[in-house]
Amino acid sequence: MSPGIQLTEQGNLRHLLTIEGLSSETLLNILDTAESFITLGRREIKKVPLLRGRTVVNLFFEASTRTRTTFEIAAKRLSADVINLNPTHSSTSKGETLLDTVRTLEAMHTDLFCVRHPESGAPHLIARNVPDHVHIINAGDGRHAHPTQALLDMFTIRAHKGEFRNLRVAVVGDVLHSRVARSQIHALSTLGVAEIRVVGPRTLLPREIERLGVRVFTEMDEGLRDVDVIMMLRVQRERMDGAQIPSEQEYFNLYGLTEERLALADSGAIVMHPGPINRGLEIDSAVADGERSVILAQVTYGIAIRMAVMAIILGGSEPRRSRLPDA
Amino acid sequence: MSLVIRNGYLVDPANGVDREADLYIDATGFVAGIGEKPRGFKPEQELDAGGCIVCPGLVDLRARLREPGLEYKATIESETAAAVTAGITTLCCPPDTNPPVDTPAMAQLIQQRAWRYEKAFVHPLGALTRGLAGAHLADMAALEEAGCVGFSNALEPIRDTAVLRHAMEYAASFDLTVFLHCEDPWLRGKGCVHEGEVATRLGLPAIPDSAERIGVSRDLALIQQTGVRAHFCHLSSASAVALVTAAREQGLPVTADVTAHHLHLTEHDIGFFNTQCHVRPPLRSQRDRDALRHAVAEGAISVICSDHEPHEPDAKLAAFIAAEPGISALETLLPLTLRLVDDGSMEMGRAISALTSEPAAVLRIDAGHLGVGATADVCIFDPEAEWVLDPDQMASRGTNTPFAGWPFRGRVIQTLVGGEVVFGPEPVRCR
Repeated sequence: MSPGIQLTEQGNLRHLLTIEGLSSETLLNILDTAESFITLGRREIKKVPLLRGRTVVNLFFEASTRTRTTFEIAAKRLSADVINLNPTHSSTSKGETLLDTVRTLEAMHTDLFCVRHPESGAPHLIARNVPDHVHIINAGDGRHAHPTQALLDMFTIRAHKGEFRNLRVAVVGDVLHSRVARSQIHALSTLGVAEIRVVGPRTLLPREIERLGVRVFTEMDEGLRDVDVIMMLRVQRERMDGAQIPSEQEYFNLYGLTEERLALADSGAIVMHPGPINRGLEIDSAVADGERSVILAQVTYGIAIRMAVMAIILGGSEPRRSRLPDA
Repeated sequence: MSLVIRNGYLVDPANGVDREADLYIDATGFVAGIGEKPRGFKPEQELDAGGCIVCPGLVDLRARLREPGLEYKATIESETAAAVTAGITTLCCPPDTNPPVDTPAMAQLIQQRAWRYEKAFVHPLGALTRGLAGAHLADMAALEEAGCVGFSNALEPIRDTAVLRHAMEYAASFDLTVFLHCEDPWLRGKGCVHEGEVATRLGLPAIPDSAERIGVSRDLALIQQTGVRAHFCHLSSASAVALVTAAREQGLPVTADVTAHHLHLTEHDIGFFNTQCHVRPPLRSQRDRDALRHAVAEGAISVICSDHEPHEPDAKLAAFIAAEPGISALETLLPLTLRLVDDGSMEMGRAISALTSEPAAVLRIDAGHLGVGATADVCIFDPEAEWVLDPDQMASRGTNTPFAGWPFRGRVIQTLVGGEVVFGPEPVRCR
């Protein structure tokens, strides 16, 4: 029940379930490895044979095109065999179904599962119930964690700002429902940035968020003042139906990132967003497409990061010694 | 056969007994004498309880036996047998079986089955509303006639305040006790953990402590108005405890219990999604836990119960929110309570009363004491025996526990129901 489940006895990465509990060395190693894969995408032949003969299953219990595609491309560029599965999942279906699905696929000699699930903690459950030679990457679980997204965000920050140590970073928007925000906060604090701020109305900030080592701002202008990095979060339009935000217009007026607001940040500040963007709801088009925006770079880096994580997890392990009859 | 339990240290809070004393039990299963041998009494059998504490058989105010309807989790036979291995001789079960206990037939069925297995006594609570649906009152008078010792809507909310008011008025008309689970259903929403640091870290939907506070406030207002005798089940938050404490000081006819696990665990024990810590109400902060301990020691919360909820293993093999809540807790009720004595949170006498005379008083049943003439339901435990909880060794059908691997001091040696040994070594014939 400790973060230790992610690491082997030698301290190598066995699963990637959450950023929480990983050391800065582990995170920097992933970023450095990703660096070496960046140039690969620009070559005519974009493949390396690192994972040849390995099987990667993208197991997405929640709809996703972008993330699933980047996982798929990453695995293919490493020469792995990739299978995409989108099991239908209703919130009432039980955990047996989840584990049964995983066990069935595991019996087909899968080496790595990239799992997205609408319930927080599902990848932990799977990781605790697979044999040693099977690895899990969390591709987003409920509101809990989205570690590869946070890692590509860190990669982006390092590429544009260099050192982490002196940075002031603002995470803006619906922190309550965001697995991205939680992973970003853990990554930023592990990498030792000077200040992490969260900005949003109290209805979208979880209670005791301060315990994660962040400063809370409910005023957008205050929260953005002099920051070096602005990490916008996606605001889901579903939230507008509830009692958490009065209207889209009010939200944009108070928390939308406009050029005027961007001017309050440091003059070299960069603007990030995990996508997909709601133009005119959380971010103005002029900012999203402006020169300070690094949103498209994030997508490119996302492939390199996922390649790095797969290569580290599977590269460090021996190929499976089959305990089952060969298929 | 008549029996004497020799050399034990007798703790019987209801009668103010706290000393080494032999216990004499007559052939019909009643206590015949304490300390002094009654005139003309010739015990045919004897038990040596040297080094052990002899106390009334424990009364567990809330334990789910899963029968009828959920026999794949546990049965009356399996759980009453597990209870006596833990010193528990009387169990009260909530009405949320399937079908629920909202007909006299269902109440009688549960009692008859329990009677047949000759282990622990079982007293059912009847449903407060028909089908626990929170709309129509259940036939409370008929249910009482059929043996229900109180009325509860289990974990189901009664959203309509007018229905709850009428249920209380009706219960008050017939001098019945209502058992309340207090939780504002809107604030609970889909929550599964305490709204605090851990929920924030793990991204789990959360229940604020105000949900319980509002539930208790609402129910207290109606208790005051209707004059019904009420019992608050499994309080979990400091603020709710404060409300109940104040109400008792004002003289309202209310009592309260806490589960043994809420006295030991906090939200932090969830770690990384340990589904064994998924319980209702949720484990809250350390401050809440400390307030609960204090309230038990002071008596504002009079009862410690197990809130036993045995599950099949698959029920917990799910993502945290999808895992079924509850702990198989009969076998940790006494050990966890003794831990509070060991760490100085309370006196032994208070601990035993919270497990015996106090729950019996809430249920208004004749149990939980060992005076002359009382039924000889007895728990004999060695307070020094050290052991480690291994789920594979549990007697309950459910082995779902967050206390696996915990070291405990104090273990039940023998349990007697009506003067008969139902767990542990048989007595020997007197020479």
